[in-house]
Amino acid sequence: MPGAEQGILVVGGGIAGQAVCEAVRARDGDVPLTLVCGERHMPYDRVRIGALLEPAAELDGLRLRPDGWYEDHHVELVTGARVEALDPDRGSASLSNGGGTVRWGRAVLCTGSDALVPPFGNSNAPGVHVFRTPEDCAEITAAASCGPRAAVIGGGLLGLEAAFALSKLGCETTVVHLVDRLMERQLDAGAAGMLSPAIQELGIGVRLEHATTGVLINDAGRARGLRFDDGSALACELIVIAVGIRPHVGLARASGLHVNRGIVVDDRLVSSHPQVLAVGECAEHRGIVHGIVAPIRDQAEIAADTLCGIESVYGGSIPSAKLKVMGVDLVTAGTVDGEREVVVADVGAGVYRKLVTAADGTVLGAVLLGDARGAELLTDAVRRTERVDDPLALLAEASAATAAELPDDAQVCNCNGVCKGEIVAAIRERGLGSTQEVVAVTRAGSGCGSCKPVVSELLAIERDGAAEEPAYLCPCRRQTREQIAAIVREHELTSVGELGRACGVGRDCGACKPGLSYLIEERQAGRFREERHARLINDRVHANIQNDGTFSVVPRIRGGVVTPDELRRIADVAERYELPMVKITGGQRIDLLGARKEQLPAIWEDLGMPSGYAYAKAIRTVKTCVGTDFCRFGLGNSISLGIELERAMEGLHTPHKVKSAVSGCPRNCAESYVKDIGLVAVEGGRWEVYVGGAAGGTVRKGDLLATVDSPEEAKRVALAYLQHYREHGEHLERTYAYQERVGLEAVQHAVLDPDEQATLIERFKIAKAACDPDPWRERSRPVHPKQFAELDTEPVDLVALAQERS
Amino acid sequence: MSALPATAPWTLIGRVGDVPELEGRSVTIAGRRIAVFRLPDGWAAVDGDCPHRGGPLSDGIVSERCVTCPLHNRRFDLRTGVPLSGGDGIAVHEVHEHAGNLYLRLTG
Repeated sequence: MPGAEQGILVVGGGIAGQAVCEAVRARDGDVPLTLVCGERHMPYDRVRIGALLEPAAELDGLRLRPDGWYEDHHVELVTGARVEALDPDRGSASLSNGGGTVRWGRAVLCTGSDALVPPFGNSNAPGVHVFRTPEDCAEITAAASCGPRAAVIGGGLLGLEAAFALSKLGCETTVVHLVDRLMERQLDAGAAGMLSPAIQELGIGVRLEHATTGVLINDAGRARGLRFDDGSALACELIVIAVGIRPHVGLARASGLHVNRGIVVDDRLVSSHPQVLAVGECAEHRGIVHGIVAPIRDQAEIAADTLCGIESVYGGSIPSAKLKVMGVDLVTAGTVDGEREVVVADVGAGVYRKLVTAADGTVLGAVLLGDARGAELLTDAVRRTERVDDPLALLAEASAATAAELPDDAQVCNCNGVCKGEIVAAIRERGLGSTQEVVAVTRAGSGCGSCKPVVSELLAIERDGAAEEPAYLCPCRRQTREQIAAIVREHELTSVGELGRACGVGRDCGACKPGLSYLIEERQAGRFREERHARLINDRVHANIQNDGTFSVVPRIRGGVVTPDELRRIADVAERYELPMVKITGGQRIDLLGARKEQLPAIWEDLGMPSGYAYAKAIRTVKTCVGTDFCRFGLGNSISLGIELERAMEGLHTPHKVKSAVSGCPRNCAESYVKDIGLVAVEGGRWEVYVGGAAGGTVRKGDLLATVDSPEEAKRVALAYLQHYREHGEHLERTYAYQERVGLEAVQHAVLDPDEQATLIERFKIAKAACDPDPWRERSRPVHPKQFAELDTEPVDLVALAQERS
Repeated sequence: MSALPATAPWTLIGRVGDVPELEGRSVTIAGRRIAVFRLPDGWAAVDGDCPHRGGPLSDGIVSERCVTCPLHNRRFDLRTGVPLSGGDGIAVHEVHEHAGNLYLRLTG
């Protein structure tokens, strides 16, 4: 690593580590920056960890930045390795898992914290969990699936969010709290007194002033309840401990740094060693260790200033918190008790709004429960310690405040520290037209998401109330799919080249050309003239490019049913061309990996099987179970229907890949519920048609589109849906996203109405007739002499090959 | 990168018809893989391996002025080698067309 001795090592890939990297990069684009994450995951947003307890949740949704961010910003990212030893004097760090030694000039410890587990009996019994990592969440979700009674020890922010999630998972849930009110660190007595009933209203039990003395266990050693100091007990099989954090300071201590509860830092966030800083939950500043997110961002900014040689002082943070429990709006900021307190309450409606000021009217804190209108305005007043003459008027005014009244420097997104002014400037300067774009550009709303309505409101104000812009198919020319389709229709265009000459789309960066190809192909069917420059390499050579520039070859194996002779040919090809790997795929296909471009025509010739289209945004596979042919439980002939469906659909391009399955009974062995199109045989010879399922990066059970009386009808509905999706899906929009965007009802209306269905099937037939069921035939009829070769290579000569064989 | 001779020689790399318009093909010269592109108004040549993860740029989608790596969508200006989506840039080389033949000279 060049210049590593000047480089910055950030230890810990949580919110703090990520915030430090981003703050440093905002000041210095060049200084070498290495981020070491102890967990295997890319940096994710632990504040929203509760989301992982929701059904079908996925960690990717919590990702702080996409993969490419680290490379684009020259941040060397190491995941799954811990810094085991740090030598501040020599500027070195050794990594676990054989990660070697990293040299550094300055180090920032962002090691965060562990869950605090009080030392009571049986606290490590099976059934007792902490609530900290994605793995914890997976264990809790698994344990919750059999419907246990659940208890959460700890009635703070995290404990309440855990209890809410467990309750939503169907567990009878009780929150057990040591003191006499919930969230005592953030709430005054008045608000806390109203929060308990609000939580109970959600069906969650609340036991205050209960000190847990131990976990009761059954004969097998598993948790069966909690015992309290007053002798009482609570029966529960699932226990989540959320009583607080314990700063992770082992590394700092071993490195000789001064440690109290946290790593002691000065006002520049520098520890007792001048080359080492600490930020976040592991840091202790002026005796305070923060366990909430907002101060971490403040600290990261100051730490970045220090690292980049900018004089800056951290004077502490004003704490603020939002409870992310549906149905209970709660926002607090600053101190909640003070000399002057203005309170507005509607006890019956569960509303409590309070503003705290000093004697001179300086705003010091706010609590909003049950009605969080104006939270941004009041939080901003707290943050800026604004002086007001009439606190009651400010509180009243906040109820009616809109985003328009916020000052430019009011922080809208507390998760990412984004101010109103930055959002408005981005909208104006970059001409942003949709909330999605604003979130992507400014990061506001990409954290817990609670400020997204304000982001949308700001956008609406800037656009004078005009509707949001849709997604662009060609972002360079700001053209949507519908706009481009209209041009295609009006001028009867039949190729991407013509389209580019007509309106410029596809000519700037070229990235949308595959999408344009699909659009024209879909709209013009048989009149479409394919131009290979407008296709990805996969579609130019009909194979899937791999990380080393070689290709994978997947022949069509309809329904996953293959003959011994085909298997023999596949084996022969693998040996003859010395392909380094033969892999059975998840879609019941066989993947031959590591083929060179020049070998492809000869491989296809020797296979003698059609292309499986595994490289394209197209019909991929139809998985089947053995159905009535062999299975004891089969209700419908899934194999014959699966093969028939695959034959009907194959060769068609689609907005994104389409994976299908046909299962012979609701045991669903072919995984039909999680396919783009999935058919399931049910009792009485009937078939269910599911659409929009997914089991990849996103997991979603498909929507039941229809239950029909025969396999023929099931196939017809499936094909009508396919055509509907082909015509209305955005480029690169999978069916699961399409279903979420459009809704099942609208799709049912479009696909099941007999007249609509008939026209869809008609257009499907036209498209099917125009598509190429086997592009591998280009092996003997290449579209260009160099289709499968480079300037200095030649494709394997099929004629010579045949002569040699004979 | 090794130092280039003061004037690198021109190398015959193929015929004009070997590269379809708005596509690229690679050629190895002096041990370096070079990507050659045919653009509507002439030719462009750049280092063939993407500096990000070594993706074959000659297999990328080509527009009138840039190429996008087929592996992770890094984008480069074909005239200057400047990265358009972050990361390192790439060297550009000279292509000369004469009597239906293509010649290449390493210049970067």
